[in-house]
Amino acid sequence: MDFIIQNILNALQWGSFYALIALGYTLVYGVLRLINFAHGDIFMVGAYISFFVAGFLLGPTIGLSPAIAFAVTVPLTMALTSLVGVTLERVAYRPLRRKGAHRLYVVITALMCGLILEYSNLAVLGASRLKFPALLEKQIWHLGGVTLTNLKVLVIVTAILVFVFLQWVVTKTRIGMAMRGISYDKFAIPLMGIPIDTIIVFTFVLGSGFAGLAGLLFAMSYPVLEPFMGMLIGWKAFIAAVVGGIGDIKGAFVGGFLLGFIEVGVVTVFPSTYRDLFAFTILLLILWVKPTGLFGMPQSTKI
Amino acid sequence: MTKYSLNILIAVFAILLLSMAHFRFIDSYIQIVVMTIGINIMMATSLNLVNGNMGEFTCGHAAFMCVGAYVSSVLSVFCFGSKFGDPLLPAASVLIVFPIILLIGGGVAAVSSLLVSVPSFKTRDDYLAIISIAVNYMIISALENMDFIGGSRGFQGMKDTVWAMVDIFDGPWMMFWVINFTILTVWVIRRFISSTYGKGVNAICQDEVAAEIMSVNTNKIKIINFMVAAGLAGCAGGLYAHIIGYVNPQSFNILKSTEALVMVYLGGMGSLSGAIISAVIFTMLLEVLRSQAIIDGLMSPFTLVFPDWEPSAGVIKWVMIPLLLVVVMQFRPEGIMGNRELGDIFPWLKKFYRFK
Repeated sequence: MDFIIQNILNALQWGSFYALIALGYTLVYGVLRLINFAHGDIFMVGAYISFFVAGFLLGPTIGLSPAIAFAVTVPLTMALTSLVGVTLERVAYRPLRRKGAHRLYVVITALMCGLILEYSNLAVLGASRLKFPALLEKQIWHLGGVTLTNLKVLVIVTAILVFVFLQWVVTKTRIGMAMRGISYDKFAIPLMGIPIDTIIVFTFVLGSGFAGLAGLLFAMSYPVLEPFMGMLIGWKAFIAAVVGGIGDIKGAFVGGFLLGFIEVGVVTVFPSTYRDLFAFTILLLILWVKPTGLFGMPQSTKI
Repeated sequence: MTKYSLNILIAVFAILLLSMAHFRFIDSYIQIVVMTIGINIMMATSLNLVNGNMGEFTCGHAAFMCVGAYVSSVLSVFCFGSKFGDPLLPAASVLIVFPIILLIGGGVAAVSSLLVSVPSFKTRDDYLAIISIAVNYMIISALENMDFIGGSRGFQGMKDTVWAMVDIFDGPWMMFWVINFTILTVWVIRRFISSTYGKGVNAICQDEVAAEIMSVNTNKIKIINFMVAAGLAGCAGGLYAHIIGYVNPQSFNILKSTEALVMVYLGGMGSLSGAIISAVIFTMLLEVLRSQAIIDGLMSPFTLVFPDWEPSAGVIKWVMIPLLLVVVMQFRPEGIMGNRELGDIFPWLKKFYRFK
């Protein structure tokens, strides 16, 4: 029993990372109908930014105590990472959108931006892996046979809070209404006096900011950074978002946790090399049965 | 004369290349580059069939290459290698059996494309993209877990087949096969696209629902189109495996699929000549930027400012190529050729050749 609970907790932690990244994919997709393939790498950039911010704050010039440094690192990382996301949008995506290029060309541009981020990181910082400094003092609680760390609780609670926040933004606020409006009809929305570019920038700020947060939490949980860390986790989070029904906040959240549970479940039963095989087969089967994902709405096709 | 001019031109070019390779006018490095160009042409044109002509978005094309590479290398080791015991076939039969092995590899890859094409009945663009990525990961992961063909350590021993060919006649055999299969690929795709099925493929690209109303059997066309594309990619994979002499599941990962995607969108969606041109340009660019001297020259302004920084060509290459593509997309978002063929852009060329 303890074994099962322990694994459920591990799955929740893994799922939280997937969910946090998948939320960013789904936000951008929901508004722009664009798969932002650079999102996994924005997550990686977020982890690196948090590394440098934390190192700077803990370092000899400022010398904050770890707890205060953590409190400052979180907003700073989110702000800087969202800056990276917005820059990508301004430099690469917006000009293409203005020209009315085919959707797929924008997707390819996004893919290329991801490669640029990965390899320029590798070129500038080198292939050596970086060790993330310990920001939170590690506390381990034993409940029966189950071990619980404060970091694990923090990750899971953050994912849930972010989900609630985004759900509130999208469904209850005026800006969320504008976001849904853009995804519904991109041509009618400017006629209603809604500044479409501002809304898109806001979407990128939200998505990239939470990717940065995920990067920080990931770096704290698994404190080794490398330039390609965002690649596999980004693709997987994207798959999670699609399985949940891309464009739907609830879908991304559920899909992320579903993928986490499948992966941890497979690893506990089979050798860990089978993880990808089983995880992707299950996801393929889900998509086979429900082609638009768990919560996705089928788009009506007009002639 | 115009009817055969292109065939004659290609034949002359092929014979020239082969004889230059045979009499050692071009060294083995350039031969490898030429063969890579051929394989990339096969990959780009076959992916173009799905992503360009049919307008779907699949990003797991390397999976089919992987299947073809593994099937044909296992068969070739069984038939001519000594890894699984004595060779099944006499070495003299290699010239007939080798293309059959490659075609079998392509056939198995075509069957494996059902994993993508059957879900594509109901799903479209982004969902299909995911399915293809998932299939790519699944196939790599499945091969990594098959220990009898090496698992994640890779598989080798295909060079025995190449040596068997060299024993019969000492010549650039792999180059010969690559040229033949590249021409076969381009010819098959051209014939397919200008056939009735090809018209159906273009109809699906324009509007799937309307095509169905016009009595196009969309499901059948999709299956056939995916099978042709995957089969040709499988042949490319078999050739790749025999050139390198070693295959590893991770060399067919999502990065390889990305390369194929880049070639298609750089050339322009749905343009066969565009795909060929961009495959040539892209491969050349990869090879040119591999040189450390050129990278050092290009990066000299930065190394002047930061003398400690030592850029390595293998890394900078992958910064510059995507950057170049992003810039190309900004100024020419439809790719090099757009949706047109070479003959549409330069109409006077049409006087000299006919390409069916």
